[in-house]
Amino acid sequence: MATNTAATTEVSAAEEGVRRRDWIHIAALGTAGVGGASLLFPLVSQMAPSADVLAASTTEVDVGAIQPGQSIKASFRKQPLFVKRLTAEEIAKAKADDGASMRDPAKLADRTKAGHEDVLVTMGVCTHLGCVPLGAAEGENKGEFGGYFCPCHGSHYDVAGRIRKGPAPLNLQVPEYEFTSDTVIRVG
Amino acid sequence: MSFAWAKQYEPQTALTKWLDEKLPLPRLVYNAVGAGYPVPRNLNYMWNFGVLAGFFLVVQIVTGVVLAMHYAANQAVAFGTVEHIMRNVNYGWMLRYAHANGASFFFIVIYLHIFRGFFYSSYKAPREMIWLLGVVIFLLMMATAFMGYVLPWGQMSFWGAQVITGLFSAIPLVGEPLQVWLLGGFAPDNAALNRFFSLHFLLPFVIAGVVILHIWALHIPGSSNPTGVEVKQESDTVPFHPYYTAKDGFGLGVILILFTAMVFFLPNALGHPDNYIEANPLSTPAHIVPEWYFWPFYAILRAFTGDLSIPFTGIVLIPAKLLGVIAMFGSILLWFILPWLDKSPVRSGHYRPMFRKFFWFGLIPCMIALFICGGAPAEEPYVVISQIATAYYFLHFLVILPIISQIEVPKPLPFSITEAVLGGAAPGGTSGGGKINPEGVVGGLPGTATDGSLQPAE
Repeated sequence: MATNTAATTEVSAAEEGVRRRDWIHIAALGTAGVGGASLLFPLVSQMAPSADVLAASTTEVDVGAIQPGQSIKASFRKQPLFVKRLTAEEIAKAKADDGASMRDPAKLADRTKAGHEDVLVTMGVCTHLGCVPLGAAEGENKGEFGGYFCPCHGSHYDVAGRIRKGPAPLNLQVPEYEFTSDTVIRVG
Repeated sequence: MSFAWAKQYEPQTALTKWLDEKLPLPRLVYNAVGAGYPVPRNLNYMWNFGVLAGFFLVVQIVTGVVLAMHYAANQAVAFGTVEHIMRNVNYGWMLRYAHANGASFFFIVIYLHIFRGFFYSSYKAPREMIWLLGVVIFLLMMATAFMGYVLPWGQMSFWGAQVITGLFSAIPLVGEPLQVWLLGGFAPDNAALNRFFSLHFLLPFVIAGVVILHIWALHIPGSSNPTGVEVKQESDTVPFHPYYTAKDGFGLGVILILFTAMVFFLPNALGHPDNYIEANPLSTPAHIVPEWYFWPFYAILRAFTGDLSIPFTGIVLIPAKLLGVIAMFGSILLWFILPWLDKSPVRSGHYRPMFRKFFWFGLIPCMIALFICGGAPAEEPYVVISQIATAYYFLHFLVILPIISQIEVPKPLPFSITEAVLGGAAPGGTSGGGKINPEGVVGGLPGTATDGSLQPAE
């Protein structure tokens, strides 16, 4: 009787502690867990931009025909791209404002290419929630700073596409681009 | 799970007896929405909207599945297939208008259902889980409605998708990659349209699943009622069938008259003309607004025009864009903690004089102001009004409700539902209730309470 009780105690104590079989449980659940979790990767990754979307990531734009004060809308990665040729007054105004208090301080010179200071290339995507700002076409509202104005939530950009008033947090993005000749730029 | 006096299902025919042994589905229905579910006898018409919401979920699933047979989720043809449904498919115009207006009616009945919950404190113990599941259903509905609005691929569809996924770009660090991942591109295009269609088809069935949990959780404590006094005895209840099947049937008839009037005579009144222009990624409509049912939340989003910064240093802690997004999501997420913000032991607004004043003269005007501002252009005076209303909205839930639940002196509660309906003269044990109008007089029966103490639920 006494030995019997002792044996029972020993077994229950052994069950509470570490057992040889625990290793099998941990290994099996661990393998299944890692396997299951790794299945998530393709399920998440498939939602990212596909190869054809990524492939359409450079665009060439001829900027030669744009007159001073004029803008054109092109399309880059299916998003609007603004190319504007600044007038002498606009350049002077933008340079005068370089030191003004801004939410996202930037100089005009940093937003254009050397030798082409009059060509301003920006995305036509408001940095607030992605609307297309007005001001690139003739007769559109250019906002209080003479550049672009987003009608959705009232963001005002200046002639250099810098955010001056309204909810947008950043300046209109200047995409990566280069002049492939004097009149053609390649964006992307 | 139910009251002891609930009627038991007794299969009558050989077939139903056989079925009851193998798969007791008729028993489940009998106990859920049949004579086997005892319901407080004093429910007013505000208790119709749960059933009506279920009805509109079915309308949306049926019309939606049918529309999907004629629609193609491809950016090149989507707009055309919607016009094809409108012009060529037999009764396509009716099905599409029923689906579009059905979404609006779904939101109308859901908002009334939610405000019933606010006024009668349906979120309080022991019904917190029902409320939490309800908020989950509401969030799923908002996601489903948003993605459904993108499918016609008109101007509002496209720019709505751009603006709403743009909300995620406000999140620090991961925001912009997250937006690109959600859209499957750098702007809404075929990838986004296709996945929105897939999810728009899936989510209603997820909603239906959560609705089943919502009803399951409801049947554990049973329905609340306009007095907020828990059921104590058999005379407090009537069987769901036929009493509330009839009452809900009447409500259904009323709402169907309104619904068909909209579908057949004012089908585009709640939509935007701009959505009959095909999506153009290079041109934003002059005035983008979401569908009307998102206006209050859109107003909260737009109310934040300045960054949160440390004064005089120019150090921005939280930019305006992120503040707006946090506030908009927070305005709904805070409903999840509502059961623990309002600690008053009294449920019904009828017996809470201070709460009632803040409800009718605070929360309701605040929601109306947010609704109007959300649909208006982003200019004065709407910006200032939406800022004041947003401030009140958060103040109401986070400050006013906890304080009044501490300092308020509630009116005396009736001893029981039966007493509230029949007046103090009625004995406690009358059964049935068929001869008595279950509407009754629920609130403000002066002098009917036998004593002023709060009666705990049993």
